[in-house]
Amino acid sequence: MKKDLSLNDGTPIEGTPEPGTLGETLRSQGVSRRSFMKFCATTASMMALPPSMIPMIANALENARRPSVIWLSFQECTGCTESLTRAHSPTLESLIFESISLDYHHTLQAASGEAAEAAREAAMEENFGNYLLVVDGSIPLDNPGYSTIAGISNLDMLTESAKGAAAIIAVGTCATYGGIPHANPNPTGAVSVKDIIKDKPIINVPGCPPIPVVITGVLAHYLTFGAIPELDHIGRPKAFYGQSIHDRCYRRPFYDKGQFAETFDDEGAKKGWCLFKLGCKGPTTYNACATTKWNNGASFPIEAGHPCLGCSEPDFWDGGGFYRALSMPTEDLSKTAVYTVAGAAAAGAVIGALNRGKKNNSDKIHIKTTIDDLRK
Amino acid sequence: MNQTNTPRFNIHTGNELTWNVKPILHEIRHALFDLLDSGTTSIIDLRSIPLAPGEEATIISALGQGEVHARLDALGRSDIAETMYSGVWLVTHYNEDEAVVGRFIEITELPAILKSQREDMSEALKELTQELETQDT
Repeated sequence: MKKDLSLNDGTPIEGTPEPGTLGETLRSQGVSRRSFMKFCATTASMMALPPSMIPMIANALENARRPSVIWLSFQECTGCTESLTRAHSPTLESLIFESISLDYHHTLQAASGEAAEAAREAAMEENFGNYLLVVDGSIPLDNPGYSTIAGISNLDMLTESAKGAAAIIAVGTCATYGGIPHANPNPTGAVSVKDIIKDKPIINVPGCPPIPVVITGVLAHYLTFGAIPELDHIGRPKAFYGQSIHDRCYRRPFYDKGQFAETFDDEGAKKGWCLFKLGCKGPTTYNACATTKWNNGASFPIEAGHPCLGCSEPDFWDGGGFYRALSMPTEDLSKTAVYTVAGAAAAGAVIGALNRGKKNNSDKIHIKTTIDDLRK
Repeated sequence: MNQTNTPRFNIHTGNELTWNVKPILHEIRHALFDLLDSGTTSIIDLRSIPLAPGEEATIISALGQGEVHARLDALGRSDIAETMYSGVWLVTHYNEDEAVVGRFIEITELPAILKSQREDMSEALKELTQELETQDT
């Protein structure tokens, strides 16, 4: 039997999102379902999830509620915020950004001084136990006066703000591992968020800066699943940091064949060969640069002909020189070129282990990067 | 299909940076078989694969252009085009700055984003109803 479709039959309209949800926010902005599906497709790609999960992401995001976010910036260069806000895909990125209630960010907010701090305190009180705390920058422990905001030390502000947080996202290598402020001789006694906060779930999103879509991808994951993503042994989301740059590098086959650039302008460099001998830290660095890339997927350092610096790894600044090879076997790699892929992976792992040891040693003896290192 | 002995795909080997092209074309072939055999649709996210410079363009070129090309205006442009291989679609999403924000190969009869969405149709019914009510008063 046909349904009565008279104009005022009171038929409920399907697909009307619940009040206060992201779906309602987007619908009120005139975002069509088709646009939303496009948004979900790119979000799935952003979160490194298989496209088959797009319908599930759409359903979860549509019903997600806007979380309150408090963003604290400590000893940092604002590069992490710049990375996010200067992203080249403003519409989709801003949709993620607009789907949170950013209640405090002293670089972006209009309010200053007491009004800004009042906004932070109000957000903490209203959303106690539920807000997300995002932190960029390291925290100085030697002298609280090294870095303060509104006269409040970074340590006090972090511990106070963390109390009511549902989870903490440490953005950038400074917040995750101390970063450049933590580099020898660490004059401010800089430490990471997880060195201070022990009773909250912490998601580490390292990088100097992190890839913008990785930052928004983590936010999108929290919005979608209402929980923190699966993390690796040093607190990084496996979706973005689960594989080494080396394993996902398009130059990897050159490594497997033993074809290396020896200098930045030799034939090997011109042919796009592996940059391992020029100091590439790809084998020991876990990040999404090789697939997600930078500047809206345009390129990444290795594609531009420069070795990976390893900026998403702890103590990358003290690794003994950006242009010094991780570990050179006694025999020239190019002469031992007949690796199988599995063999090469094992070699990468061994070299990686050697380098971690080297990093630890260099951390102790403080090897400075010299002009000679840069010239190598 | 191929009139000469020249390979259809100009995929170089050796030192050329094209290692990922042929495996992806094989993946598409398997997905097309699955679509015909069991109706299983597949999507390949080209941004999740470590492609060398030029490889994405090589893949797109190898797939060629088919009979259908649709343009979507939703949060920026999207191009949805069937390739020369029926059932294999190239879906490219752009933002409002015309930068590519996502590129997918969909192996399906029709990409879902092309269909009218139920939620939008409900909204349309509501708007048309209100419009007719306004005209009646």
